[in-house]
Amino acid sequence: MIVAVLSTFAVAALAPLLEKRLGRRAAPLLALVPAGLFVSLARHVPEVSAGGARTDALGWIAELGVSLSFRLDGLSLLMALVVTGVGAVVLLYAGSYMEGHPRRGNLLGYLLAFLAAMLGLVLSDNLVGLFVFWEATSLLSYVLIGFEREKAEVRASALQALLVTGGGGLALLAGFVLLGQAGGSLEIGALAANAEAVKASPLYLPALLLVLLGAFTKSAQVPFHFWLPDAMAAPAPVSTFLHSATMVKAGVFLLARLHPTLGGTPEWTGIVTTVGAATMLTGALLAVGQRDLKRLLAYSTVSALGSLVMLVGVGTPAALAAAMVLLLAHALYKGALFLVAGIVDHETGTRDVASLGGLFRALPVTAVAAAAAAFSMAGLPPLLGFVSKELLYDAALRASPAPLLLVPVAVGSNMLLVAVALSVGWGPFTGRAGETPKAPHEAPAAMWAGPLLLGLGSLAAGLFSGAISPFVSSAAAAALGAPHALTLELWHGFNLVLAKSLATLVVGVALFAARGRIRSLAGSLAPLAAFGPGRLYRAGLAGLVRLAKGTAALLSSGSLRQDLRIVLAATVALAAPLLLTRAVLGAPDALRSVRPLEAVLALLVVAGAVATLLAGSRLAAVVALGVTGFGVALLFLVFGAPDLAMTQFAVETLSVLLFVAVLRRLPRLQSRSAPRARVVDALLAGAVGAVMTGLVLAVHAEPLRSSLAPFFRESSLALAKGRNVVNVILVDFRGLDTLGEITVLGVAALGVWSLVRLRIASRGAGANGGRS
Amino acid sequence: MTLLLALAIGALYAAGTYLLLRRSAIRVVFGLALLGYASNLLVFTAGRLSREGPPIVPEGAATAAATSADPLPQALVLTAIVIGFGVQAFALVLLKRTCQEAGTDDVDAMREET
Repeated sequence: MIVAVLSTFAVAALAPLLEKRLGRRAAPLLALVPAGLFVSLARHVPEVSAGGARTDALGWIAELGVSLSFRLDGLSLLMALVVTGVGAVVLLYAGSYMEGHPRRGNLLGYLLAFLAAMLGLVLSDNLVGLFVFWEATSLLSYVLIGFEREKAEVRASALQALLVTGGGGLALLAGFVLLGQAGGSLEIGALAANAEAVKASPLYLPALLLVLLGAFTKSAQVPFHFWLPDAMAAPAPVSTFLHSATMVKAGVFLLARLHPTLGGTPEWTGIVTTVGAATMLTGALLAVGQRDLKRLLAYSTVSALGSLVMLVGVGTPAALAAAMVLLLAHALYKGALFLVAGIVDHETGTRDVASLGGLFRALPVTAVAAAAAAFSMAGLPPLLGFVSKELLYDAALRASPAPLLLVPVAVGSNMLLVAVALSVGWGPFTGRAGETPKAPHEAPAAMWAGPLLLGLGSLAAGLFSGAISPFVSSAAAAALGAPHALTLELWHGFNLVLAKSLATLVVGVALFAARGRIRSLAGSLAPLAAFGPGRLYRAGLAGLVRLAKGTAALLSSGSLRQDLRIVLAATVALAAPLLLTRAVLGAPDALRSVRPLEAVLALLVVAGAVATLLAGSRLAAVVALGVTGFGVALLFLVFGAPDLAMTQFAVETLSVLLFVAVLRRLPRLQSRSAPRARVVDALLAGAVGAVMTGLVLAVHAEPLRSSLAPFFRESSLALAKGRNVVNVILVDFRGLDTLGEITVLGVAALGVWSLVRLRIASRGAGANGGRS
Repeated sequence: MTLLLALAIGALYAAGTYLLLRRSAIRVVFGLALLGYASNLLVFTAGRLSREGPPIVPEGAATAAATSADPLPQALVLTAIVIGFGVQAFALVLLKRTCQEAGTDDVDAMREET
């Protein structure tokens, strides 16, 4: 499994090259990768259906309990089959859909990389590994949604998707860390075995809320649902892959995966069921009034994701089984419909359902695929969608807390979704032909093959639902954390569920017939959309940008002095409390006695500094600076550092000479700063001085533990044959340092020399060829 | 004495910082020099003050007295003094050239000109 995921990443990196070499033949070849994975995964179906599971692990950061451990059980196999199956179809389709696009190879590569990340996500059995793949899907979705990067609104949509899912990803990481703390392991299997301890832990609720935040943002649950319709800016194959079949299901998958660990508590059932039900209804309500094919599909996907989340929230065996069947059914029919929408857009040049009609003549194969998918979505027997809807109603009826609330929500949403399904898969192909920008022709086989395959899959899975029962049961069992046997049947006899299904169909068809009126009603309500959660996102983003600009303007004014003031003030504010408290504690081993000469020298140094500060002329300032310098040199001498004193004397003499040499050329001292600035600077400088005094005292409050001083004192003569320890250190023990010092001096000398020689060309000199 | 020297170092830092924040570039160079003295004294003092003489191995002895001044900060400060001089010389010449070219040593006026 590890090899499969990693090698898919490798092939993804090669895809652009392959496309350049092979052109249109690259996509079918690349589609063989997921197709091959699909076949090799499918071989495990009998084993997994019988309750078996395969594991595979590669150590990564063993000290932290992080490993790339993979687990193939019913749940991950179901997801992996969806990912690879739809992935193969999408790659084939994308090659044809992007015909003539200069970056087709890149798109194929991104899609394949996304497929690998998604596969890693669903197979991971370690929270950190899962998180890494989770983030990889978020990042790749940004690249994929923003593929048409030349358009500003496409970039904005991609960024929005990234920020919403990426923000949720941060919450997820925090939740995983808490979960690991509560359960004592990062392995999902071990956590599930330790579920009672996790649920009893005080960290349970924060961990749950953070994990839910991550799952809800990824799976576009209310109130984060707005990013999904906006992400329809992506090319059709991307929407198919990410926004119907795989990425948006990652949140649902995660909830199902962690259900054995986190589920079953009142908090879980309450939050997850409520959010799911709210999303199911919101998505359906928003979908029915849309005119754009892809937005119709996007909102109906939001609704379906809501159903899935609601079912996982209910958490009964029946509900989880219904969720698994719906997950499969939805991937099949919604994948097909997204591909159909892409074909319609590609062939007619429009996605406006109001202007589409009668396409059956021009696009017969596509029409058949569309009808099969739409009927499955509408829940018509004998397609898989019918089976899943029956199970959904059944689970809602038998939900323990609030069937009275869930059943009307589920039935109402599905009535609306029937109308949506027919609007996408029936309306454009029947009736009178509409006026379209392009005259439609049947799409190439590479494009219609995918939707047809998926549509037929809906039919076959529905007809032979008995045959897939053991497999779906094993997926439900993995989500349940206990064995579960379910038998799928097309015909349950005349009962309450069937009555609801019939009512759903009748009302749905009626809504479809009245679609013109619904759309005009929705059009008149459209301004209300401005008050959705998308507004909050935009306001938040704008606020963040303003905050960043404000902070930058405040902290980095462009004036060096102003920046320096901020740095100094921040240093003082941060260091002062610590240093001053330590300094006040006293300096136990400090030299406490004061000798008169030393005191005079210290005063001399300070006096020189003050005089430099107050000097009215350049010469006076240089003299005052010299006083400080000689004072410092004498202090060195007094405290046992004759070498330092000598060097300081020499340097001081040179400095004074240097100052005097250039002094004449320097402007006179002038007072330029405003009085207020001077007061502020004086206060700031005083604070800096106080902090540095505090630093010296704080240093002396700590005992000195130097092993170097004894080493140098003892080894100077023995190892380096020198009696002056300081000299020996400089030229021997730290000789390379001194070499560096000499180099610095050399560079400085070069700089000085070139500055003296440099004649900066005056502004007009540029015309003379820049000669100086 | 340590306290007294700590206060002197604080005073040097305060004066240097104040000069560093002036608009007049020549004062900035003075401030740089003062900050150099302050830092050298800071490192020197951190190695503890000693009145027991320099770290020199006396004739006939094999090692320097254990009470003699700590040689390591001295070696560091010695390097710092020399490099500080290089910096100061460079800053001074740069200042001279800049004032010649810009006609002023007001850093704000220089900014506006460019």
